[in-house]
Amino acid sequence: MASSLISSKSKIRLLAVSLLFALCALSLPSSSYSQVDTFEFDTDEQQQRFRSLSDELRCPMCQNSSLSGSTGGVAEDLRREIHRMIMEGMSDAEITQFMFERYGDFILFRPRLTAGTILLWFGPLLFLLIGAVVAFGIWRRARKISDDDAELDKSQQERLQKLLGDKS
Amino acid sequence: MNKLKFYLPVLGFVVVAIALWRGLYLDPKTLPSMLIDKPMPSFELTSVDGKQVSNADLPSQIFLLNVWGSYCLPCLIEHPTLMRLTEEGDIPVVGVNYRDQQDLAVDWLEENGNPFSFSILDESGRFGIDLGVYGAPETYLVDENGVIRFRHVSVLDEAVWQEQFLPAIAELRAEGS
Repeated sequence: MASSLISSKSKIRLLAVSLLFALCALSLPSSSYSQVDTFEFDTDEQQQRFRSLSDELRCPMCQNSSLSGSTGGVAEDLRREIHRMIMEGMSDAEITQFMFERYGDFILFRPRLTAGTILLWFGPLLFLLIGAVVAFGIWRRARKISDDDAELDKSQQERLQKLLGDKS
Repeated sequence: MNKLKFYLPVLGFVVVAIALWRGLYLDPKTLPSMLIDKPMPSFELTSVDGKQVSNADLPSQIFLLNVWGSYCLPCLIEHPTLMRLTEEGDIPVVGVNYRDQQDLAVDWLEENGNPFSFSILDESGRFGIDLGVYGAPETYLVDENGVIRFRHVSVLDEAVWQEQFLPAIAELRAEGS
């Protein structure tokens, strides 16, 4: 009875966790939210480039959505500009540079590597290193302590034997 | 050495806490303009009253470039300030009619009054992109050489004029003389 109760409880928990995961997956930003534009492209590659550029560039007006996911006026204009530049044969780097010159770092979801963003790029690595140093220190000290403790001197040995003897 | 080991995490915590505390008070909407200290982008467009305008028509003194639209409610809030500035002859104001329709813009100016020397008609928003505009209203301070020196996003009311524009203009004047 008790065991079946536990298992049904854990089943519910499992269900709750998987529901949570499903919700998270649903709320992930994806290009399925893309605005519907009627741009025409000559090749699929151009269309692919348009999609990835408008996913990687941020809408200036609406703070946290990409150009592809925004209904804002500026976003609409910038999508049109991206389309124009792709059709004129400009490279992705040139288009990104065009946007950067006008809207700065803000428009890039993937920030450039500069003195100001170096912590942003390598901060996690830095914290990982600090963590590794601390973990190594703890491990080394733990090993040292256990080595020291393994060696009992004579009086300690005698006391141990006495204690064990008393017990048995 | 042991003391240092004890204080190091505390120090780390304090540094992170101060950084995050400051972060709470940063306004994510105040974004720096990329065009500060750059010349105004070139344009050859029509004005709201139907004339051909280009960079040559810009005032040869310090002036304001105000981005507006007839759909823009905050523009109505800053409108009296712009009217006062031009009526009292403080500074010329050039308008950029951003993503609007010409007839609506003309009506808006007739109804509310026209503080602008002229308004550049930017129906497509293409000139706005060159300026790095997010949305109306925005106001740029341009010096006598046509170089953008300062930008304010959102409403330009009397307080913003006194606290931000007047010092910026005083600085420009001091530089120029």
